Amino acid sequence: MKNARAARTTIALKLGMAVSGFIFIGFVLAHMYGNLKAFAGHDAFNDYAHHLRQIGEPMLPHEGVLWILRVGLIVSLVVHVYCAVVLWRRASHARGTKYVTKKNTGASRSSLTMRWGGLTILVFLVWHLLNFTIGKINPQGGATNDPYNLLVDTFDVWWLTLIYLVAMVALGLHLNHGVWSAAQTLGWTGNAAKRVRAKRLALALALIVSVGFSLVPLGVLAGIITK
Amino acid sequence: MNLTLKIWRQPDASSAGAMHTYQLADVSEDMSFLEMLDVLNEQLNAEGEEPIAFDSDCREGICGACGLMINGDAHGPEVTTTCQLHMRSFKDGETITIEPWRSEGFPVVKDLIVDRSAFDRIIQQGGYVSVNTGSAPEAHSVPVPKEDADRAFNVATCIGCGACVAACPNGSASLFMGAKITHLGLLPQGQPERDERVVNMVAQHDFEGFGGCTNIGACTAACPKEIPLDVISQLNKDLRTAIRHGH
Repeated sequence: MKNARAARTTIALKLGMAVSGFIFIGFVLAHMYGNLKAFAGHDAFNDYAHHLRQIGEPMLPHEGVLWILRVGLIVSLVVHVYCAVVLWRRASHARGTKYVTKKNTGASRSSLTMRWGGLTILVFLVWHLLNFTIGKINPQGGATNDPYNLLVDTFDVWWLTLIYLVAMVALGLHLNHGVWSAAQTLGWTGNAAKRVRAKRLALALALIVSVGFSLVPLGVLAGIITK
Repeated sequence: MNLTLKIWRQPDASSAGAMHTYQLADVSEDMSFLEMLDVLNEQLNAEGEEPIAFDSDCREGICGACGLMINGDAHGPEVTTTCQLHMRSFKDGETITIEPWRSEGFPVVKDLIVDRSAFDRIIQQGGYVSVNTGSAPEAHSVPVPKEDADRAFNVATCIGCGACVAACPNGSASLFMGAKITHLGLLPQGQPERDERVVNMVAQHDFEGFGGCTNIGACTAACPKEIPLDVISQLNKDLRTAIRHGH
């Protein structure tokens, strides 16, 4: 045995994943709320986007709160991905020789898709930021400085909507296992009743987030959200 | 019943192994799985072939010595140990794949036998309570609530067979550790060494090459003693508490 320090253990890595994961959940819920403003029309959506940048003014500079949140999210992302990569590599070494036949009796589908699903979400995240935040790519060639119009133009393209919906399925699966797993990692599920509650909460959050986000592109598709 | 058996053969730890196929006829469904392997070994002996090496001891489901990956399930399709698995759980004409536990922490010794002493080393790091020797103290001097005593006993039924590790897609021994952490953590005698116990056991677990837990639950489904996933929550909580206490 060496390095008998609690903070160096695999469980400490899991705690890092759990805490950063909960920060992401807070973020996606707030983000989803903002997205749903699209149903209130062009001005309501754009006003909300504009107000986000004004929070805390004049005490804080323009976009001050947004940047504090962004830094927090970037740190969380680094922690989440770093821990995941270390644990993924550990798990591969831990079963160096694979089984010829292996069933995963007792394992849910979402629990087995955490790593590749997480990678899918990461790739989507890069694309998503290019699409709406950093690059502001308007596939229809229209204005990019109008958040609402950029959103409608984007989801008017079927394959962009498809990418988005696939990512939301991946996010839903990730949350369905991730929320419960984080609760377990934080030691909140010490008996059968608490475990069932954590799994229900996880399913509920997964559905709220994945369906909530999907409503906006589906709204564009259905012609409810238009320019 | 007639069976086709695909079994992992490996002469020793340093040699490469491979799956071998054997035909076994007239297997009674009342045989235990290990008795079926005994019959196969008699057949191999008669044919002048090296018998298949596998672990077993009590053959009554309490020692944890036997343990085989049978058709992709640790200890096979029933929630029990391999010795308590009977051939009636299989169909006539079935092909059964038998492999050793696969884990970095459990190197193959020969054929289906793995070295599970990594578990002993984890226990040596904290799976005990230190008590002064001498005459036994009056049992009633340290009261233990009935509920705690029952739960401690339930999780203390872990026989260290390693099915949790074998079944876990991450090759983690968290259920094994969690059972011991929960067992001793529930009892007054386990309190003085509680923080050191969890830190040292988890550090040894990681050092042995076992993977991290992602709460998939395959371990508890494979556990012949039905140790619940709660114990991993307790393990995590104890480790978190130890961090807070500066360990």
